[in-house]
Amino acid sequence: MNLQLLALAIFDGIAHAALVFMVAVGLTLIFGVLRILNVAHGSFYAIGAYLVASVGGAIFAAGWSPWLAFPLMLIAAALVGVLLGGPIERLLLKRIYAKEEALQLLVTFAVFMILEDVQRLVWGVQPYFEATALQSLGNVEVFGVYYTVYQLILLPLVALAVLLALRLFLRRTLSGRLILAVTEDREAATSIGIDADRIYLLTFVLGASLAAFGGALASATTSVLPGIGADMIVLSFAVAATAGLGQIEGAALAALLIGLGRSFAVYLMPELEVLIPYLIMLLVLLWRPEGLFGVARTRKI
Amino acid sequence: MNKKLLIGAAGALSLLLSSVGTAAEKPEEIQVGITAFLSGPASVFGEPAKAAAEMMVEEMNAAGGIGGVPLKTYFIDEGAGGEAVLAEYRRLVQDVGVDAMFASISSGNCNKVAPLAEDLKILNFMWDCGTQRIFEENDYRYVFRTQGHATPEMLSSVLYLLKTKPDFKKIAVVNQDYAWGRESWKMFSAALKAMKPDVEIVAEFFPKFGAPDFSTEISRLQALRPDVILSTSWGGDLDTFVRQASQRGLTNSSTLVLPLAESSLERLGKALPPGHIVGTRGDHYFLHPEKKSDPAFSKFVAAFKDKTGAYPIYPVFHMSQALNALKGAYEKAIAANGGKWPDREQVVDAMAGLSFAGLGREVRIREDNQGIEDQLLGTTIHAEGHDFAVLDKMMMFDGDEVTTPVGQESVSWLEKLAPGFVDKVRVESFEHGS
Repeated sequence: MNLQLLALAIFDGIAHAALVFMVAVGLTLIFGVLRILNVAHGSFYAIGAYLVASVGGAIFAAGWSPWLAFPLMLIAAALVGVLLGGPIERLLLKRIYAKEEALQLLVTFAVFMILEDVQRLVWGVQPYFEATALQSLGNVEVFGVYYTVYQLILLPLVALAVLLALRLFLRRTLSGRLILAVTEDREAATSIGIDADRIYLLTFVLGASLAAFGGALASATTSVLPGIGADMIVLSFAVAATAGLGQIEGAALAALLIGLGRSFAVYLMPELEVLIPYLIMLLVLLWRPEGLFGVARTRKI
Repeated sequence: MNKKLLIGAAGALSLLLSSVGTAAEKPEEIQVGITAFLSGPASVFGEPAKAAAEMMVEEMNAAGGIGGVPLKTYFIDEGAGGEAVLAEYRRLVQDVGVDAMFASISSGNCNKVAPLAEDLKILNFMWDCGTQRIFEENDYRYVFRTQGHATPEMLSSVLYLLKTKPDFKKIAVVNQDYAWGRESWKMFSAALKAMKPDVEIVAEFFPKFGAPDFSTEISRLQALRPDVILSTSWGGDLDTFVRQASQRGLTNSSTLVLPLAESSLERLGKALPPGHIVGTRGDHYFLHPEKKSDPAFSKFVAAFKDKTGAYPIYPVFHMSQALNALKGAYEKAIAANGGKWPDREQVVDAMAGLSFAGLGREVRIREDNQGIEDQLLGTTIHAEGHDFAVLDKMMMFDGDEVTTPVGQESVSWLEKLAPGFVDKVRVESFEHGS
């Protein structure tokens, strides 16, 4: 493998990692605070993508500026988080925090299945493709290979910005610190008067918005069609588990590892492509069962 | 009260008697069970086929049905998975008592359904699935395929490529990682290596079924610069691959060979540039060069576009073939039975050697129950009047010449083809708009 191919594989890996990170970080954030593995996270991703692809398709066809694609993504992400994530947490998840984990998993899985059918009802089964955002940024040539600016530059930058913003939010703002406190020790946090209910809602809405934002960003690069949510949720579980559940920086590193692993597989041994994320997860978990950044906890009795 | 009951019973009885008296076994309707993907990624095929079946059955019934008996259809969603399909299949045959089954789109489901149909002694048309194995590995009485199979589709793609681009050197493949993606490449590469032994295969990619992103494969392909890239993908996977390839200029440096892209033309719009090879899984094309001026054909195409918002794609054509095969079999059986209504075994008997035409050219059922269907391929152009790529430089291959002979196994037959076959094979050519 020469230097050119090495560079190409790294570019491809980073671009892929950026998208995966966006979804996985929301998942891991929610798990950190709510201690629920939210399968419906994949639906937020899919609905974010559908929303941008369908609304975008309609307004660009009507002659609106292609640059509106970018604010549209933010709006769609916020809408999914508030209008879908909010009610799900308030009306459903809130009732099951004290229940056993298997039940919580089943409930979020049920929500996922329901939302899959809702997507079919609203958007049908034909693939949507709306790449205006990607096309408006054009291509760039690197080592004789054309990349889209959107995937090579914009996506990694956005992922980096999300990572930094989350860090700042969690460490420097009151709401963020409250979230961290609840992540660290739920009982202690509530006992000193932190309104855990509010923190739960905030986290869930934020996490759902991040998933929808991931979907919105992905929609410019791919066909939006039934089943995309299921694929993404499996991959982000792998990332979140590799990272250590609840770890923001870990999610970034794990997404990068998995993204690079996958692209190197395509260059060197294409047959391994599908397996690589899970191989990486397996190796990491064998070596550190709590994940890359996870902290071993003493079990409370 | 008693009197009313008596009159009612007498009425019902006389109705029963009169119906028994006039036509001994003529049923009130011919019931047909159809399996199709109504959910999941393959619903891009199932939904148009279902819409087509409903339109065509309505039209057939308005014209008197089959031998004066109207059709009634039941649908099974293949998206529910193989086990559910089998359970529903049994239910339709045993509880509802359907007269024929059309199953299915998925080759996996065809493999499971064929022996079941044989057990249940129910006439079954494999109306859309592509696997060539079924009649090569088994003998069936009740199972027929009312369309071609994967071998003629792959062979005609290789032939078209070799006829239009004889001097290419390097090829790469990007197929979906499941049975069809692997099998189709096995056949395509067998035929290609047999007829062009010096070809160089530079990359074989089998990305996950439903993969959302082919960026890495596309970078790799741009670095490798193959002259030709084959993809037998379909649906969202094909759309995504073609769009990403054209966004990043891969379509400028390599010719794509896309044997299933007829079903994606309209969705892809101008993202599929001119100069790439497109197959139609038979002679299935809404601008069929021989049929487009036929009023019945153009009326159906317009009505379908009107109803569904899209032009008919190959599963619609396959559905029309299955329905016309059923009609043909019944009419042949009625004639053979001296005008009386045939029993089920007589209808199955009538399938032998049956010829029928759906929206495309005539299809003939061979002695191994396999349909012989001509194959149409073309090269994309952007033509006036269409906001998506359409086909030019079309070639029609004779189904008899490109289908594995009875009793032979496809891959080993393809491996034995000689390079001279390319020049020997008969071709009819058509231009766009001609």
